[in-house]
Amino acid sequence: MSDGCGAPAQTATPASLDTNGQVVVAGKVSGSDGPVGGAYVRLLNGDGEFVGEVQASSAGDFRFYAAEGTWTVRALSAKGNGEASVTTGEPGLYEVPISV
Amino acid sequence: MSREDVLVTAQWAEDNLDTPGVVFVEVDEDTTAYEGGHIRNAVRIDWKTELQDQVRRDFVDKAGFEKLLSEKGIGNDDTVVLYGGNNNWFAAYAYWYFKLYGHDNVKLLDGGRKKWELDGRELVKDVPDRKQTSYVANEQDLTLRAFRDEVVDAINTKNLIDVRSPDEFSGKLNAPAHLPQESSQRSGHIPSALNVPWASTANEDGTFKSNEELTELYQDAGLDTSKPTIAYCRIGERSSHTWFALRELLGHDDVKNYDGSWTEYGSLVGVPIELGAK
Repeated sequence: MSDGCGAPAQTATPASLDTNGQVVVAGKVSGSDGPVGGAYVRLLNGDGEFVGEVQASSAGDFRFYAAEGTWTVRALSAKGNGEASVTTGEPGLYEVPISV
Repeated sequence: MSREDVLVTAQWAEDNLDTPGVVFVEVDEDTTAYEGGHIRNAVRIDWKTELQDQVRRDFVDKAGFEKLLSEKGIGNDDTVVLYGGNNNWFAAYAYWYFKLYGHDNVKLLDGGRKKWELDGRELVKDVPDRKQTSYVANEQDLTLRAFRDEVVDAINTKNLIDVRSPDEFSGKLNAPAHLPQESSQRSGHIPSALNVPWASTANEDGTFKSNEELTELYQDAGLDTSKPTIAYCRIGERSSHTWFALRELLGHDDVKNYDGSWTEYGSLVGVPIELGAK
């Protein structure tokens, strides 16, 4: 993996995803008219520090690999911004929908 | 050098899309971004396949860089304006790389793709047809690039700036949170390194903070401006972003980027590593 550090293309995360022992924070960005594609979604830690950012898929999907803790997921788009918080524990999938 | 000499606004870019002698270059690791739409008249450089040697872990050599720029239709006299996704990480890396090979007239588009998209500015799919040039590069300017031995020697003697997130710095995460976490190398940071995450130098829309804000940020972090500075991250692209802030925006003259970064340092046998937050 040392050949890259950029955010990979985002895809939908099935609820049955095998997280392979990782803490996965995933969800979809939506607006009043449905999914918002291409939003910039960032993960902030409990101190509000930036941890990572991806560009949501055309269907609004995003996914982060985190750890145990409290996180904020914040989305920026030309249509508006929004955020939501999540507290994670054991490895597994934590779903966080975001409205903008 | 002033901020305007190295950093252009989205509006300046839009006003200069057709200016002769100005070449826009999108640099990304994810090449599908360019294919899905790019700034009109921009050519693409693939960070992974065109800027990296495909066998050794190193850059393409001088002849390879000359061939690449010639084929892209970039001349020695052109003003190159770089931009990309991921908050301009790879564009900043390319900026540093262009400087390394002696191309002085290079600028970064402030905010990169993100700011451009959030502004709702035009993206097109047409690929420009640029005439081949005969680009001539200089030998690498190694005053800009740090290697591992110099980094080990810099512990407690020079400024080391770890620009990764606090969670990568402390050892809680091994990689940025958009990537699956690896376990093949040690986590932590180089002893005596300050943790000034690249993200603290940028606004939410990807543009750089003001010079006053940046100066205060590094002052508060304890950067000793009388000493040389080496910036590192995981593979050297986020630290290019900080190298740009320190050298190009704030005018610090002795700043190097350690492109081996944590993927090299964290795999070295016998070097000291520190864990925990600062």
